[in-house]
Amino acid sequence: MNFRTHTLDNGLEIVAECNEGAHSQGLGFFVKTGSRDESDELAGVSHFLEHMVFKGTPRRSADDVNREFDELGAHYNAFTSEESTVYYAAVLPEYQEPTVDLLADIMRPSLREDDFEMEKKVIVEEIQMYADQPPFGMDDKIKELHYGQHPLARSVLGTVETVENLSADQMRTYFEARYSPSNLFVAAAGKVDFDALVKQVEQRCADWPMQSTQRKIPAASSGSSFHCVHRETSAQQYVLQLLDAPASESEDRYAAKLLATMFGDDSGSRLYWEMVDPGLAESASMGHYEYLGAGMYFLWMSCEPTDALDNFQRLVEQETLAQTEGFTAEELRQAQSKVKARIVLGSERPRNRLFNVGGNWMQRGKYRTVADDIAAVENTTLDDIHRVLAACPLTGGTTVTIGPLADWPSVNS
Amino acid sequence: MSPVSQVQRREAHIHQLDNGMVLVGEPTDAVESAAFTLLVPSGYSTDPANRLGLSSLLCDMVLRGAGKRDSRALINDLEILGVERGESVGASQTSFSSATIASNLFDALSIYADIVRRPALPANQLDYGKLVCLQELRGSEDEPSQKLMIKLRERAYPSPWGRSSNGDEAGIQDSTTENVAEHFANCYRPNGTILGVAGKFEWPALVEQVESYFGSWQSTAPVEVDDSTTVNSQVHAQHESNQCHIGIAFPSVPYRDPDYLRAWAAVGVLSGGMSSRLFTEVREKRGLCYTVSATLQTQLERARVLCYAGTTAERAQETLDVTFDELVKLGGGVRADELNRLKARIKSGLIMQQESSSARSGSIARDWYHLGRVRTLEEIGALIDELTSDEVSSYLESHPPQDFTFATLGPAPLKLPQITG
Repeated sequence: MNFRTHTLDNGLEIVAECNEGAHSQGLGFFVKTGSRDESDELAGVSHFLEHMVFKGTPRRSADDVNREFDELGAHYNAFTSEESTVYYAAVLPEYQEPTVDLLADIMRPSLREDDFEMEKKVIVEEIQMYADQPPFGMDDKIKELHYGQHPLARSVLGTVETVENLSADQMRTYFEARYSPSNLFVAAAGKVDFDALVKQVEQRCADWPMQSTQRKIPAASSGSSFHCVHRETSAQQYVLQLLDAPASESEDRYAAKLLATMFGDDSGSRLYWEMVDPGLAESASMGHYEYLGAGMYFLWMSCEPTDALDNFQRLVEQETLAQTEGFTAEELRQAQSKVKARIVLGSERPRNRLFNVGGNWMQRGKYRTVADDIAAVENTTLDDIHRVLAACPLTGGTTVTIGPLADWPSVNS
Repeated sequence: MSPVSQVQRREAHIHQLDNGMVLVGEPTDAVESAAFTLLVPSGYSTDPANRLGLSSLLCDMVLRGAGKRDSRALINDLEILGVERGESVGASQTSFSSATIASNLFDALSIYADIVRRPALPANQLDYGKLVCLQELRGSEDEPSQKLMIKLRERAYPSPWGRSSNGDEAGIQDSTTENVAEHFANCYRPNGTILGVAGKFEWPALVEQVESYFGSWQSTAPVEVDDSTTVNSQVHAQHESNQCHIGIAFPSVPYRDPDYLRAWAAVGVLSGGMSSRLFTEVREKRGLCYTVSATLQTQLERARVLCYAGTTAERAQETLDVTFDELVKLGGGVRADELNRLKARIKSGLIMQQESSSARSGSIARDWYHLGRVRTLEEIGALIDELTSDEVSSYLESHPPQDFTFATLGPAPLKLPQITG
């Protein structure tokens, strides 16, 4: 395992974890842009742009792009989050150069008007699809309620209205500002020929003009409130909760992940034994998510509407109990075993390593080996957990419930 | 450029226990993990007609304590071993899958031997188990695409092969401790059980351990599948949603059929990769939906191609018509360039599968079930290399997509295509 980096004159960085023993490689362009970088009228543009990137370049039609990825036998896709847009392909090592050629080319898309209008329809379908599924848009709603005017409150998809009102020109302007070589980088993992990679990227990206980009990372001032949204046609009642947690810059993020595992992993956690094992809830879990300048615990509970009030009570009791009495050494040991095994299993595939290498570089500008991550998990003590618990309590936060319940008595009590 | 990647030669080992259980293993030093897939012959097809969902309930119950461990100790010990686990109930089997660091393989296996041989099936937790199953049933009501596919399978397969593994509310509510115990006695048996293991381990040591964990398991006669019930359901299900969900199915050939790879390749041309026909025609050219796909789902003796598309109500009719049109057109054959792209994807997929112990343990266990042997990745690679577009086209000529089954779910019914001929 060998970590290499190189920076082109225009600021574009190339980072790779080279592993001679791998059979395949993961290769990706990581762009530091997402919904947090949008304005009200551009809501959804990062994600829409991610779709448009596959719609062709001066050298390739949309059909060519799809066809060529398939010809390379690539397992490829892209995703957009609050703060990143990632384009990646897992391929056999002999296809490194054509994969670089294709990915680099689509990073300079044509953004043609007719493709733009056609793809808009697909985006609207995607928004409608999610609107029909649990939690029926409440994942966006809860961020808005919790973060208020903070950029993290912004929806990744945007709304049907904002997407329909977007123009191709607005997207072009956004693209120019955000897809600058200093605001994106190339990451690779697996069986990578790094020296060749540098040349291949240089040949194709060296003439991309430099642009300075900025991202606002204001302090998050979060709220604490409860909202009940009535949705008569749902079968189940859903409860979502958002709590502040260590951010991606924080060394406490490992403790936060272990804490979330002990409290709300989908198996063997406190919420599991309290609500899932006895069949009181369909699911009850908590995960830790990290962003620049803010982190969150995200809780999810779904159950029969008639049990929702009692279950919410149980949830609050568990939170209070954890907050006042903390966790045990045995719970920590179990969570550590579980998380370490996940790291080892997850590291076997180059495409998974790509996301780890790229994610670390994106968020912290650092490289971490599998051994570093394992050591960080092993070295977390119960004191660390309790310190994080004190700094970011499990009590309070923002809660949203949606389902057949028309009102929620405890709100007023 | 690097030399052309080849699938590594990895040998699959087979060991049959005297009680009929089969162990298949594919050891490799290339990974640090080991994974297994344990297939036990308790599938939804074995559920009594008035106890639909019993296999799922039993699958929940066997994890509520086994051997010397109670419910909590069982889950905790698996987690301390770092086991990433999963369970699912299929048509003919319940699948228990587990992956962990290689050094914990045998300890994990010994716990699973308890789970499938000596579960506590605690009477005082039966209500919990039932509630878990009922929650699952209710939850699927809120997932329109999942609901549609359950309906499509139910309509496309002869009973009991198209059932939902979730069963139904009455079947779960009516299940008693005796039903659960009886189903366990009938279906959790070594004859018909397959254990697939892949990753870092020594084969002789594995055989020895498996003999000690499972060797004394007593075989029993297989249960007769009750196919006396028929399911009648309407094409359209009313659902208050923004999108309309469309399902189309047609018969295909199962995995063990000599034509399987051709049938599979034909579906790949239809729906593998973004240059596939459905993606191109339905999404790229017309922007009709975000999701459109077709998969070949195989059981031991029958298979169906299941297509799905989800789109807003006002565009649903066009989506159905365009999708259906592509299925009919597939009967006209595939082009060499389409097949070559698919072959490239399959080949890289095979090579990448070497990088995952979990994927391999499942594949080799299922291979044994369907074929009574294990195909190495090298062998599959060679079969794919040999495949030609002429072969796929001639398969399609003799097996054109036909005998379609439809299902729709959404705010309004659609007009089904007129099928001629």
